[in-house]
Amino acid sequence: MKWRRVRAITIKEALQIVRDPRSLMIALLIPVLQMFLLGYGISLDVKHLPLCIYDQDNTTQSHDLLHRFSASPYFDTRPGLHNYAEVGRGLDTGNCRLVIVIPTGFSKGLADNGGSTVQALLDATDTNTASLAANYARAVIAGYSAQVQLDAIQSRGGQMQTVTPVEVRARVWFNEDLISRNFIIPGVVAMVMAIVGSQLSSLTIAREWERGTMELLISTPVQPMELMLGKLLPYFAVGMLDACICLALAMFWFDVPFRGTLIALFFTTGLFLLVVLCIGYYVSVSIRSQVGASQVALILTMLPTTLLSGFSFPIDQMPPVVQGVTYLISGRYYVTLLKALFLKGAPWSELAAPIACLTVYAAVMVVLAARSFHKTLD
Amino acid sequence: MTDATSSGNTAPQIVVENLVKRFGDFVAVNQVSFSVNRGEIMGFLGPNGAGKSTLLRVLCGLLHPNAGRAIVAGIDVAQDPEAVRRRIGYMSQKFSLYNDMSVVENLRFFGGVYGVSRCDIQDRLHFAVDMAGLNGREDSLVGTLAGGWKQRLALGAAILHKPAILFLDEPTSGVDPSSRRRFWELIHSLGEDGVSVLVSTHYMDEAEYCHRIALINHGKLIALGTPQELKRHALDGHLLELSGERIGDAIATLDQSAGMHNVAMFGSTLHALVDDAELRMPEFQAQLTAAGYASITIRRIEPSLEDSFVQLVGGKK
Amino acid sequence: MPTATATAASTLIEVGSLEKQFGAVTAVRGISFSVRSGEIFGLVGPDGAGKTTTTRMLAGVMRPDAGSIVIDGVNVLEQPELAKRHVSYMPQRFGLYEDLTVYENIRFYADLFEVNRKVWQERAGTMLAAADMTPFLKRLAGQLSGGMKQKLGLICSLVHTPRVLLLDEPTTGVDPLSRREFWQILYTLRSEGVAMVLSTAYLDEAERCDRLALMNAGQIMFCDTPTALKARMPGAMLEILGTSPRRLRNAVSAMPGVLGVLLVGTGVHVHIDDPQRAVQIQEMLTAQDIPVHSLQTVSPSVEDLFIALLDQDIGKAPVP
Repeated sequence: MKWRRVRAITIKEALQIVRDPRSLMIALLIPVLQMFLLGYGISLDVKHLPLCIYDQDNTTQSHDLLHRFSASPYFDTRPGLHNYAEVGRGLDTGNCRLVIVIPTGFSKGLADNGGSTVQALLDATDTNTASLAANYARAVIAGYSAQVQLDAIQSRGGQMQTVTPVEVRARVWFNEDLISRNFIIPGVVAMVMAIVGSQLSSLTIAREWERGTMELLISTPVQPMELMLGKLLPYFAVGMLDACICLALAMFWFDVPFRGTLIALFFTTGLFLLVVLCIGYYVSVSIRSQVGASQVALILTMLPTTLLSGFSFPIDQMPPVVQGVTYLISGRYYVTLLKALFLKGAPWSELAAPIACLTVYAAVMVVLAARSFHKTLD
Repeated sequence: MTDATSSGNTAPQIVVENLVKRFGDFVAVNQVSFSVNRGEIMGFLGPNGAGKSTLLRVLCGLLHPNAGRAIVAGIDVAQDPEAVRRRIGYMSQKFSLYNDMSVVENLRFFGGVYGVSRCDIQDRLHFAVDMAGLNGREDSLVGTLAGGWKQRLALGAAILHKPAILFLDEPTSGVDPSSRRRFWELIHSLGEDGVSVLVSTHYMDEAEYCHRIALINHGKLIALGTPQELKRHALDGHLLELSGERIGDAIATLDQSAGMHNVAMFGSTLHALVDDAELRMPEFQAQLTAAGYASITIRRIEPSLEDSFVQLVGGKK
Repeated sequence: MPTATATAASTLIEVGSLEKQFGAVTAVRGISFSVRSGEIFGLVGPDGAGKTTTTRMLAGVMRPDAGSIVIDGVNVLEQPELAKRHVSYMPQRFGLYEDLTVYENIRFYADLFEVNRKVWQERAGTMLAAADMTPFLKRLAGQLSGGMKQKLGLICSLVHTPRVLLLDEPTTGVDPLSRREFWQILYTLRSEGVAMVLSTAYLDEAERCDRLALMNAGQIMFCDTPTALKARMPGAMLEILGTSPRRLRNAVSAMPGVLGVLLVGTGVHVHIDDPQRAVQIQEMLTAQDIPVHSLQTVSPSVEDLFIALLDQDIGKAPVP
């Protein structure tokens, strides 16, 4: 292993990156674009849900309940409905995503039996939204319920501490599906790293084949390991630079709270970057066309990271088989670590397991990639 | 098959006047003028990047000239390129045959593209297959054919519609010498039928097969004439070959000799361009023997086209 | 100049019974030859003859299926990486990085071969000056002309002073002037003792080599000096020019002592078994009233020799 050769290849690769507008665009423009597009574009928060109410009771109590719904920022209360036909029409046309029907004996039920039921009709064509809507509705109703109980107790002269509606916490605790931007941005960072890392490195060997320079390279004393190291070093540097940009954007532009240590952050990012770079390199060696290599690399890194890393869909909601598959996705560990570092501020003990897995993954990929390249034309 | 020279039609089929083609700042074709007669085989010789392909494409109506005129089969290429394309046959560098289609399928395709009528197509197909020597192999995939066969087939495809003018762009790249000779026989028979053929190539020795050749370099026409004319008149002097033991060491001495234009190594001999062979041969013989060189042979040799080319381009050492 | 009995100069390249197959196609079959230091050895033949495959096997970028290659005492099959240190390879597609400057390209290859910095800078400087390329030091390689790219490719391969140089069709499509300059560089290297194997599809380049191997269909048909090659072709070559080449051809083919006739643009080239035949042919043509502009003896071209040898090999009659 001669460092002089490694350095020669590193310099050459760096010059080529800088002088190739396509690489520069991938390296610098795309990460920023992705961050903004997805950061602002994706919001799995549900707000301003069209809500329609069919109040059959029309009493003070039912109006109270209605009031709570109108006051909630998650609902956009539409003009009241007057019969079931209108309910049906409202749901069919999409005018209402959620219909609350307060039955005729509502207030009487509260007074007589101490309880009443309320009907909620959901448009579940989008199950995500529907379950969120149902949960919001339950929260509102629970809050109303608590108030009713409190009033009942106080009216009987009892003393009780006020039960404050635990709106925000309720949301976090019993609905893990609720993903806000704070949860999205770390995932976006992972996705951006996956794209950038794999795209840049997937072009490198394929480009040498396409341009015809590979043949001469093979005829020199350069060793496969020197070649890989020399080629991946500049891409690693670019990747870490991108990571800095994305993380800075996350923390200072999108105000995502960061509760972990920077060391841990850069260490894990470096590991993940190494993995995707090696995947890209391996693809580049196997597929001698630049276009083909970049497509395959994208499929192997971005898709799993987007779909199976826990970024967009929670892993524990997936079928067991698929959950097993996610253990093979490096993105899973990185996203877990990012979430832990950003939002939980988890201690090293909690980070140890995913870091260990990512390290093993990286080691395996490095060996695979290094050994994939053979100095021969056929 | 009629002999072209007896047909009586002597108007040139291709006339090019001060043609210029630019790509941005780069002048690919620079004031080129020439004409090609009926049944004449004209060769365009020059290195890669000299502008031959660009010139051919302008004449085919594929590129629009920036200045000058090009009249092909009586039609101005700038005015009506589409009409030009109907009257010409074009064989491109890589032959442009479809490797995953059979011989016959390829011919039918090109026949259709060139608008060969239904009644003619069968005859023309047979003619092309015959010419290529592919009788019995009509259903073979073109991808399985060797270079020489593909070349002849491509030629057949280019003349299905019996064009009066044929353009060949580097037709013999990647073809073995026997196939190449056979190919040129076909070209000659086409010439005798009155077809004008324009060939572009970077192989200097292919010039011999043409009636006239044009030497092109950096977009300019630097010479035009028969191969013999170019070889003899372009060279300003006579070419000598000197051989003997360690003859290479003598370059320095000979370079200074009277009558010497230039002298250079060639294999294990020296090639020397002198003003007068008869005069200088004995002089050099004496000079070298006196300097101690043994077994010296000096003879006059025919200049090659490459020698002429170098001379014309300004061959300083 | 190297003489026929070469014992003084050492043999730097020794190739024995090389074979290489690609699927069903045998690209190289039983190729053997040797090259001494200070010798330019040509692999001459049409496309598909196996020249590139042979050169690639010598360069160590492709493994032969059978045979042996020894370069400068190193067995290339057993120790390919060691062999590569003393060999320089210039493939057909160069190896220049178009987005790097002339200087950066040279430095890259110098570093790969670990050449001392001062040494390569000086050497490159000299070579660039000799090639008239000093003003282009900072020019991107992609912006150089074809001939200059060729020269740069050569300089890059020479920067580590190899003892063996392998060139695969280095002058294809290059203008004759640059080709001439290129060969001058090769001759200079020859005088420095470098052993060179050069492959070319230009049959006439064969004459520029010290020794050559005429290749066809993966085999060597002939291996000797250009002079010996010409001696192989007995008789003489006539050039007859006239207005009707076809008539000439038909008439001459029937004449006695004619071994082959080739139609050219302005006449025919006739291979006769004896130089005396020329007079007879002249007389017969006059008798048949066929107009002749000129009739003279010319040297056979290497292509003529190639075809003649090919026909001899296969035992066919020459192309009529």
